[in-house]
This record gives sequence, C-alpha cells and structure tokens, in this order.
Amino acid sequence: MSNRRATSLTIETPEGMEFSFDLASPVTRSLAWMVDVAAIGVLTKAAGKACELLGHMSQDWATAISVILYFAVSIGYGIVLEWRWHGQTLGKRVMGLRVVDAQGLRLQLSQVVLRNLLRLVDMLPLVYLVGGVASFCSRNCQRLGDLAAGTIVARERSAHAVDLEQMAPAKYNSLLAWPHLAARLRSLATPESVSIAVRAVSRRDGYEPLARIELFQELAAYFQSLVEFPEAAREGLTDEQYVRSVLRVVYGGRRG
Amino acid sequence: MIIDLPRFVAAERAYWDELHAALAKLEAEPERRLPLAEIERLHYLYERSSSDLSRLDTFSTEPRLRAFLESLVSRAYSVIHETRAPSKIRWKSAAVAFPRAFQRHLGAFRLAVAVTLLGCAFGWFALHVDPRNKAILMPFAGLQESPSERVKQEENARQDRLKGVKASFAAQLMTHNTQVTILALAMGVTFGVGTLILLFYNGVILGAVATDYIVGGQGVFLAGWLLPHGSIEIPAILLGGQAGFILAGALIGWGDRTPRVVRLRAVAADLVAIVSGAGVLLIWAGTVEAFVSQYHQPVIPYGLKIAFGLCELAALSLFLGWAGRE
Repeated sequence: MSNRRATSLTIETPEGMEFSFDLASPVTRSLAWMVDVAAIGVLTKAAGKACELLGHMSQDWATAISVILYFAVSIGYGIVLEWRWHGQTLGKRVMGLRVVDAQGLRLQLSQVVLRNLLRLVDMLPLVYLVGGVASFCSRNCQRLGDLAAGTIVARERSAHAVDLEQMAPAKYNSLLAWPHLAARLRSLATPESVSIAVRAVSRRDGYEPLARIELFQELAAYFQSLVEFPEAAREGLTDEQYVRSVLRVVYGGRRG
Repeated sequence: MIIDLPRFVAAERAYWDELHAALAKLEAEPERRLPLAEIERLHYLYERSSSDLSRLDTFSTEPRLRAFLESLVSRAYSVIHETRAPSKIRWKSAAVAFPRAFQRHLGAFRLAVAVTLLGCAFGWFALHVDPRNKAILMPFAGLQESPSERVKQEENARQDRLKGVKASFAAQLMTHNTQVTILALAMGVTFGVGTLILLFYNGVILGAVATDYIVGGQGVFLAGWLLPHGSIEIPAILLGGQAGFILAGALIGWGDRTPRVVRLRAVAADLVAIVSGAGVLLIWAGTVEAFVSQYHQPVIPYGLKIAFGLCELAALSLFLGWAGRE
C-alpha cells in the first residue's frame, strides 16, 4: 500500500494490481456532516414529538424515553446507517462519499462502531476541531476515529459502465474517410490530450457557453495541429463536433 | 498507443457484468458459502477484470471506464482477500464475546483499576491534609453538606423526593455514565493519556467522597448508598478505561513489530465487545441507582442494600472471570 498523491490512497493487490480510492477532502466531509446533523435534528425532533404524546400517560416515562432516544439517535445514527448502507450515512450519500476499509478489505461492524464512538474525541472541543486538525495532518485525511478503526472516507466511484455512445456517437465520421490520416492521428494523440478531450466532452453541460466554445476551439486547434485533414472532412463541423469525431477515431472507430 | 475502446468494451463487458452480479449477490448475503466451482469462477473474473484494468492503465485514458473497473476490482478484492468472518450480530455469541474480550486484556483492566485506586488515594490524601479541599474535589451541591446531616435528612425523610421523576433520573444516569465510558475508550486515542486522566479524576472524587463519609462516621450509610449501583457502575467505567488502554496499547505497540494498522485491526472487535457490555451494565446500574440506591433506612435496611450490592459484584466477577473461558 502506498501513497500516489495526497488526494488518493492506492492499494496494491498480491496479484500486482493497483487500484485507488479518491480521498474525500475535509471540506466535503464537513458538508456531509452538516446534512447528517440536520437529519439527526429531524429524527430527535420527531422522537421528542412522539414522546410528548406519551406524556399524557406519564410525564416521567415520556421524559425518560426522550432522553434515551436522543442519546440513541445521536450515537446510533452513524453506526446503523454506515452498517446498513455499506459505509454511507445520509450526508455521505448526498455528497457521494463512502467509508471504506483502509486496506481495501470488507468494512467490518467493529470498524463502523469504533469510528463512530471515537467521534466523541474528534468533536472536541467544538465543531470537530480535533478531528479536523487530525484529518488535515493525516496522510489519508483520516480523523482520529478513522485512524483507530483503520478506515478512510473515499469518493464514491461510478458503478455503471461508461456510455461510449454518449461520448462519441458511432454515426458517420467524416474523418474516417481518410484512413491514413486517421491512423496518423491515432498514433500521434497523446493519452494526456485525449484525456482532456474526454473530460471536456463529459462535462460539457457544466461549462459556461463562452468558456465551452473557447475550450473546444483550443482542443480542435490542437488536434488539427497534429494532423491536418482536408477541408472536406471538416466542412460543416463545429469545434465540439470535430473533437468528438477525433475521439471516435482515437478510440478505435474503424467504420466510416 | 491507445486501445480500440469499443471493441475492448464489447469483448469484456460480459465478464464485468458477470462479476458485478456475483459481487452484488455476495454483498447482499456475506455469509453465503460458495461452492468450489463458483469460487474458482469468481477468482477468474477478478483476475480478468484486474488484467483489463491494467491494460486500460497502460493503453487508454478513458477516466470513467477506469473508475468503473477500479470499483469492480476493489469490490472483488475486498471479497476475495478478506480473511475475517463477515460481521453479524448474534446475541448469544455477543454475550460470550464480552467476557472473553475482558479476559484477553486483563493487564489493561488491572491498569485501569490501579489508576482509579491511585486517584482514590489522592482524594483521601487531599481531604486528609485540608478538609476545605472538599469544595474543589467534590463540586456537587448534594455532597457539600456534612455526611451526618445528610444521613439525618435522608433517614427522617417523610416524602419520596424522586416521586414522579425516577424513570427520567434513571435515563439521565444511564446516558451520562455511558457517555463517560465511551469517552474513557475514545480517550485511548491520545495514547492513553486522556483515559488515564479521566480514570484518575473519577478515582479522586470517589476517594474524597469515601473519606468524607468514613471520617464522618457514616461508613455504613456510604456502603448502603453506593454499593447497589456502584458495584456495577464503577466496574463498567473501569471497563471503558480498559478499552481505552487496549486502544492506546495497539497505537503504541510496545515490543510489537507488526504494523500499527494490523495491531488496531486485531483489537477492534474486543474494544466494541467491552464497551457494548459496559453499556448494558450501565442500563442496570442506572435503574438500580434511581429505584434502589436513593432509598435508605428505614425504607430499605442498609444490610439488605449492602448484601444486594455484594451479590451483584460477585455475579459480575463470576461472569467476567468465568463466562466463555477459552
């Protein structure tokens, strides 16, 4: 097991394979915690209301049950949800985070309980100061509870296979009408540049219109500088369409 | 070089889907025992997907496909390489796990007892040197008056001062003491320093109260007041301290060359068993403190209360010392 970079934890398997977890930043974890605090607030409020109804029969027992419920919810919320939802609470679900074993193995109940009980120290003296400082100082962004339980909080990865059709539709590709140039483009395009183009295509809806136009303009200019296709191949294509066509060429589209 | 991604996906997708389905089944039923043929198939699919990930790393750059394959391989890895039994709550084995965990770490419990006793001695010494230290050592309004005055008031009370609040008082005691016990465990993460301070402070208060009542000639009242709940409550907090010292020991790892993460992994289940057991004991202690301990002679004779407390202590000692012996 080693650290490739500060934002990820790489696990090396005995088979010599490596896979990594993207570590959640303290800021994302704080946001998840805020959602959880709100959820705990709602739950305890609901429990308090239910106990009020019980108060018509016995005020003493109603108070006793509400004290115990408040305690059980505040301690048990993280334990129950992280165990039932395989490392996620409501906040972690919303923020796309998950608690995982720091060695990549199956998360155990004892780990879940321990990391949640040690929250009591991480929360000291207030608003997770100890836990926050610990995760800023720790190599793998672990608060004290995570260090003791051998867990990390990672970003959730997509469990769905990639949709190549959405990325680079397999319809008529004018660049493939010049197979020798397409082959040359495939050999010259660097993995880094292709990776940037893939990211640009997959996130295109998140960009401001002007920024998107500029980005695809630059990418198209870069790919054109590698291999210059005849004017007929580029005719009628916007910069974005050109970049998508390039991706289809690069990722093995052999159909015209 | 960049691989022909559509062809690669088309060729491998069936294997990924099969692995995904097998993992989903195993994750839903972690205790399911697979036949040999299924294990072999699972291992084959894992190795094939690992090799696909490796090819993707070397020849391609598609980040989302890589993330998908990483997710698949990491899930398979966690299933195939996990040697610990899947966690499942079984009440019968949990009841035995608690005393077994206690017995495995007797040294840490002895240390918790020693620190508390040291605190008691300090409490006695501080009060012995200057009785005015009582206000500092016992900052609780109920303990400030002289023991003989309190005993007189309690024994002559005509009204039940806990009438109508007994259940809520018990609930507050349970939750407060459970929090203290969890804190004693959690403070172990400060390499045991926090646990040590907490137990010592608890001992100081206990020692000072005991000294105050014994010197005031109210030893029998003290035993009748504290033993019914204290014979369970004090050991429960000591168990929290024991868990804290076990955690600290695993963090420090004196003379143990195994990596810290392995040491912590080895004690995690014991820590949870001990703290959970202590939590259950504190539910009992809170109930007894609210419903029994606060009633004194002539309502409940001291002899009966002391005998009750001693019986509880004996039962707890037998349970922790003998139950589930390996």
